[in-house]
Parts: sequence; structure tokens; C-alpha cells
Amino acid sequence: MIAKFYESLYRIRRVEEEVAKVYPTDKIKSPVHLSIGQEAVAVGVCEALQPEDIVFITYRSHAAYLAKGGNLKAMIAELYGKVTGSAKGKGGSMHLVDVANGIMGASAVVGTTIANSIGYAYGVKLKRQNNIVVCFFGDGATDEGVFYESMNFAALKKLPIIFICENNGYAIHTAQAKRQSVPDIAAKAAVFGMPIERLGDDVLHLYERISAAVETLRSGGTGPFFFECETYRWKEHVGPSEDYNAGYRAKTEAEPWMQQDQVQKFAMMLDPQQRQQIEQAVEIEIAEAFEFAENSPFPPDAELYDGVFA
Amino acid sequence: MMNRNNVSYVDAISEATAQEMAYDPSVIVFGLDVDDHKAIQGTTKGLLAKFGPDRVFGTPLSEDAMTGAAIGMAMCGLRPIHVHIRMDFMMLAMNQLVNIAAKTHYMYGGQIRLPMVVRSMIGKSWGQGAQHSQGLYSFFMHVPGLKVVAPTTPFDAKGCLISAIRDNNPVVYVEHRILHFQKGPVPEELYEVGPGKARITAAGSDITLVGISHMQIECLRAKHYLQEKGINAEVIDPIWLSPLDVDTIAASVRKTGHLLVVDNDWATCGASAEIMAAVTERLQGEMRFTVHRMGFANTSCPPTPSLEYLFYPNGRTVAAKAFDILKGSAQNWLPNERPDLKEIEFRGPF
Ligand SMILES: Cc1ncc(C[n+]2csc(CCOP(=O)(O)OP(=O)(O)O)c2C)c(N)n1
Ligand SMILES: [Mg+2]
Repeated sequence: MIAKFYESLYRIRRVEEEVAKVYPTDKIKSPVHLSIGQEAVAVGVCEALQPEDIVFITYRSHAAYLAKGGNLKAMIAELYGKVTGSAKGKGGSMHLVDVANGIMGASAVVGTTIANSIGYAYGVKLKRQNNIVVCFFGDGATDEGVFYESMNFAALKKLPIIFICENNGYAIHTAQAKRQSVPDIAAKAAVFGMPIERLGDDVLHLYERISAAVETLRSGGTGPFFFECETYRWKEHVGPSEDYNAGYRAKTEAEPWMQQDQVQKFAMMLDPQQRQQIEQAVEIEIAEAFEFAENSPFPPDAELYDGVFA
Repeated sequence: MMNRNNVSYVDAISEATAQEMAYDPSVIVFGLDVDDHKAIQGTTKGLLAKFGPDRVFGTPLSEDAMTGAAIGMAMCGLRPIHVHIRMDFMMLAMNQLVNIAAKTHYMYGGQIRLPMVVRSMIGKSWGQGAQHSQGLYSFFMHVPGLKVVAPTTPFDAKGCLISAIRDNNPVVYVEHRILHFQKGPVPEELYEVGPGKARITAAGSDITLVGISHMQIECLRAKHYLQEKGINAEVIDPIWLSPLDVDTIAASVRKTGHLLVVDNDWATCGASAEIMAAVTERLQGEMRFTVHRMGFANTSCPPTPSLEYLFYPNGRTVAAKAFDILKGSAQNWLPNERPDLKEIEFRGPF
């Protein structure tokens, strides 16, 4: 398990680092919202899921996409705007999708997929399917009215869904305390009558707690479940750089998160040889994915009008 | 000292806002991130320091409620300016704008008025994609009770914003991310560029090009390309889309006999449809003339550069279309790109 978790954590971290490295070459002409620092939540949650389970993600979801089993080559090609990308170059970094692996897409309009996820969960319930739905969103999304309306409906209809609020403390440059009179997001969800839990970014603990909720839903118990997961974004809101000198947050705030970095923590838990094996395999996979993206063609002109309607 | 002949669109907006705020204490500015270090590409820079957090404040992510709040503030005698970093986000505020703001003065028999401005900008390039690139102003043009303005020069950015702030009605003020890079003369004093007046931005006699928002720039480029073929296009900037200055456009078409509207939006049910219809109503029966339009390709905006290039009209394709119109058939002429008429290379991340 440790090895598997490490592979996922390391893979996400390294993919994002490569994206950041390539970015200044202008080959990726897409606004990238990196999840470096936030990998743990994605991995802890997605490891508790099965391939047929469904996730709704956000524009900051390279991590969740990869953790859920999204195709890496298709992701990098999508960032490059290539026809081999997950959306044939028509989505970009903010709209990753991989339906075959249960990833139902991401919106760049904050909060909007929360409502979509409860509709999907309603369908799962009505059709008596055995899979479950997970909805990822940020603390900023919980400012929006659609969040409260969706929590109410999900609880009212006892939907088989798990809400994951990735609370990184900021919406762009605005701290949560500047936006919310009561910052306790889980407490707000609790008001609607659903089990809540506050978690950090300890991957094993996340995995354990999400697994318990998954187990309940899988065995016929009712949802929804709500998890508020504290985490921290290491890079700027959008783009490949750091922004600790911009004035809205201090590096000292990030340091404790960096010290308890889950990627490093798991690396230490493995014996060096096994670790090296994992890392080497991941590096090869990443190199291949970037090469695939580089060598893939841009979409042909005819693609412009293809797919407006189903 | 600022060179008044070379003021940026961004500075024109922040200057207009600051001057109006100094002039009228009821003017306030709010919206997501108006008070952070990026200050909405600089358009709200310095306002917080000058006027304090009661008159300049960032909001939660609550477009619907904040639009409703702007309406309430206006009811109470304030003149709010609500800012959205993308026009797409205004879709979350449609109920308040369409069902309340547009109708309040009429529906309450004139007892209440709503002086408020909603600023937003249209994104383009660097893979902004389907949800960060839409020019949705025609939605608002459709509704009586809303005014809509889309200035394209720094001069008009300032003058129109001052007019919008002073207007006693809700005004949808539409910017474009690429227009923010425009520079030009902007007087220091306060002045208005008021509703319902278009501007002939380049005189000509052979065809009338009406360019909306960023497409105004492309039409001016097209005029240069058309000169290669000895064609003298007249270019018009409607500036205010609602109320629309049909007189100026119709007078031009009366002279040229050909209208080509180039919109920064899809054509179907868009501003281009309205302008063509209005000109046709005005001139039909009086003379022979032709009406044409160009706009976004009829798809969602693709982020990949190869398709994004095809999605938008540009100076060369506008010129080619105008040439075809004047010749009466497809000529397969596309001018070579001139370096001096190239679009700026916009570099992200946003
Ligand atoms: C409806 C809407 N309003 C505003 C924005 C601009 N915006 C983009 S990301 C963002 C911050 C969202 O913060 P959060 O949900 O906490 O996610 P994070 O970026 O921290 O992962 C904002 C305000 C948007 N995309 N959509
Ligand atoms: Mg956040």
C-alpha cells in the first residue's frame, strides 16, 4: 500500500514539476493551476475508490485526475493543445476529462460542478448502480450559493455522494477569513444533516476515513458524506511560479506544510531500492508522455466544428 | 508625469474611477479581487489606498448575491461599480440583472432608479477556452432597461466609464483583455462619452466596416490591407451597443452601399444581427445595398492555438471578406500578414 501511494504521490508531483519546467517555453499555452502541495488529498481520496466510481473535479485538478487513473499522455497532450489530448485540444488544462476512468470533467466557473455531481448521484441512486460519486471543490466554491443549494438537495435525497472540500485557505489571493464570516466549512455542511469530518493532508488517515464512507455507501448505507480537507497550495494561483513575495501570504505560512510534505514522508517509508524502482518507472512514463505530446499533431482545421452537437 | 498622448486603456479606467470617486462620494467599487495586488489587470490599482476599504472591497465568490446587493446599494443612493474579471461570470448574475435591475425603474412606476455599473472583461488567447472567452453582451442588449457599452480606445474607456457611472440606469460596461493593451490620448479632466453615439474611426467610401469590441482593432487592420487593393473602407465603432446609434451606421451605408459587421461574439442573435436588421429597416426601399457579418466560429472557443486562430475573425480575413463583397463573388484573396498589423503576442498564464 505504501509503495502504491508513494507512486501516485510522486507521479503527480513530478508531472506538475515538469509542467512548470516546460511552461516558460510557451509550448503549453493554457492557464495552469498547479496542485503542487495538494497531492495528498487527491491520492488519499482516490485510492479509496474503484475505477467505476465517478469524480467531478475542478480547474485545479491535475492531481485528482491522475490519482483517479486519468490517462497521463492524454493529459499532457491536452495541455499542449494536441489532437491526442483528453479533449482533442478543445478543453485545455482547466477542463480535464476521462470518462473511461470515471472523471466527468472540470469547470472553470467555480462551484458549478458541485450541482452537476449531485445530479449524477441522483442518477446513480435511481438506477440502483453500485458506484459512488465524489465531488472535489475548493474553499472558494463554498462562498457560492450553489454550494448551499446543492448540500441541501444532496442531504434531502440522501444521495450516494462524498463531498471533498480542498481547503487551501485562499481563493486566488483572498484568504478565507476575508470572505467568510464563519470559516468552518464542515459546520456549514453539517447544518443540512450529513456526517462531516475535518481532515488534514495525512494520506493514510484520509484513505482510512474516505474508505469508511465508501464502505457505508457500497453496502447500501445512505449519503451524503462531507470531508473538509486542509491543504496548502505551494505555487501561485495560476502559472508555474511561486508568489510568496506578492504580499498576500508569507513563506512562513507554507513552511510547516512543506516540512510535512507527504511525498517526502512516503519516500522515507520505503526501502531505497524499492523507492528508486518506483521513481525510475515514473520518470520514464513522464518522459514518454511529454514526448507523446510534443510529437502529436495539432487538431486539423475540420475539428473546429466537430462535436458542437452529439 | 504621465504622457497624456500615450495612456493605456487600463490606466484610463483606473483614472476615471478614481476621479469619479473623488468627485462623488456615493461611488463605490467592489468585486472579486478588486483589492488584491493584481488589481484586475491594474484597472483598480491605487483605489483601495486612496479611498479605503469601505468604498473599495473584494467580495466573496457570490456573483448572484453581490449583483443583488449592488441593486440595493443603488436603491439606497450609492453608485456601485461591480467588477467581474471575466464576462462569463456574469451568467451567475442573470436573474438580478434581467429580472430586477432592468425592470425596477419601469415596474415601480419610476419611483426607484438604479445607477449602477457592471464592469467585465472578455478573455482571449493563451487557451482561455470555452468558459473564459465569451462576449455575451447581446444577452443584455436584448433587455429593455439595461444599457450596454463596449469602448475600444483608452479615450472612450475613460469617457464611457464616467458616463456609465453618472447614468441613472444599470450599465453593462464591457472590456476586452486584449484591448487593455491599447494606448492613446486621454485628457486628464473629466469628460463623458455618452450613450447612443457611434464614432467613425476611419473615413472611407467603398464599404462600411462596423467592428465591435476587439473586432474594432481587426477592422482597422482590415482597412490597411484593403488599401493594397485600392479599396477605401469606412470603419465605425458603435461604442454603445444599447442604445445603438443606427443613424451613423445607416448614413455610412447610404454612402458605401455595403455593410460588414464584425462582432466579437457569435453571429446568431448577436449584436451583428441587430445592427444589420436596424440598418436594413432604415434603408430598405430607399436604395440597393448589401449586409454581411462575421463573428466567432459557431462553436465553443477551443483553447488549442491551431483552432483558436480559426475561431476568430482577424484583419486579414475581414479584408478578404470585404473584397469578396465588393467583387460580388469569392476572390480567394488573403493578404499576407504585415508585421505592423500583427496581433500582440499575449503571454499567459492568464
Ligand atoms: C463563478 C466564478 N467566479 C470567479 C471566478 C474567478 N476565480 C477563478 S479561481 C477562483 C478561486 C477559487 O478558489 P477555490 O475554490 O478555493 O479553489 P483554489 O483555486 O484555491 O483551488 C476564482 C475566484 C471563477 N472562475 N468563477
Ligand atoms: Mg482555495
